[in-house]
Amino acid sequence: MKKVNVYVTLRESVVDPQGTAAEQALHNMGYEEVKSVRVGKLIELAIDGAESEIEARVDEMCKELLVNRVIEDYRFEIEEA
Amino acid sequence: MKFAILVFPGSSCDVDMHRAVHDVLGEEASYVWHTDREAEDLSNFDAVLVPGGASYGDYLRPGALAKGSKAMESLRAFAASGKPVLGVGNGFQILTEAHLLPGALLQNKGLKFKSGTTMLSVQNADSLFTSEYETGEAITVPFAHQYGNYYVDEETLADMKANNQIAFTYADHQDQGSTDKIAGVLNKEGNVLGMMPLPERAVEEVLGHVDGLRLFKSILKRVE
Repeated sequence: MKKVNVYVTLRESVVDPQGTAAEQALHNMGYEEVKSVRVGKLIELAIDGAESEIEARVDEMCKELLVNRVIEDYRFEIEEA
Repeated sequence: MKFAILVFPGSSCDVDMHRAVHDVLGEEASYVWHTDREAEDLSNFDAVLVPGGASYGDYLRPGALAKGSKAMESLRAFAASGKPVLGVGNGFQILTEAHLLPGALLQNKGLKFKSGTTMLSVQNADSLFTSEYETGEAITVPFAHQYGNYYVDEETLADMKANNQIAFTYADHQDQGSTDKIAGVLNKEGNVLGMMPLPERAVEEVLGHVDGLRLFKSILKRVE
């Protein structure tokens, strides 16, 4: 069994209102060094199979359902469960 | 004329759609649950309405889970046959997720659910859905959504403009951050329309507004 962490973030060209709100709050709290905040999501998958196959399958899952590439980017890591 | 109202989990404006086309316009209309046998072949209908409601799948992205439904294959075939498909609210989100329309819907700029009435400007009165309007006309239509911020990249936007695919834009400040204040979008062929504002809630005097009725009348005029 492998664990796959899929990280989904809004594309750089897309304004992220959640990130902007969090950035403003951090500045209000005095964390002036923060230059930008982007809020994304983590999707954890537990998957059976060989790592080489998992990579292609997860890439397909991202493109088919987990990610909308009009607005989002993604990357994923495969680790031992 | 026979309308199918395609119902997904979370749909609630299906009732408003039914009232608009059946009770107000007097046309035939059936609710079609997305996993029912009837949803696997929509070809007996003249038009399909994809209503709004609580977003199906918004825990992933609004409309995202609908594309795994059996109904989506027949909806694609229906759209490809050139017959009219109207998606409103969550229905619009579903049509973009299924790539039947360009772009995607993001959370409103202020991160809050917004509702009220908005003034739209008709950008294209030549379409199957808008022929009862005049280009440049201002119409008043209710809206209610959290993911109403339409996004499309610059390249696609230029393409859409060249193809006259922008049906409606917001004429007030209710755009919630939408690219170019876009409120309603047509596909290239002009037989699929998606919009966030709710024309089905503006079809009777008792509802306060009637500007939405002409959208449904436009569909009738073209099909009959």
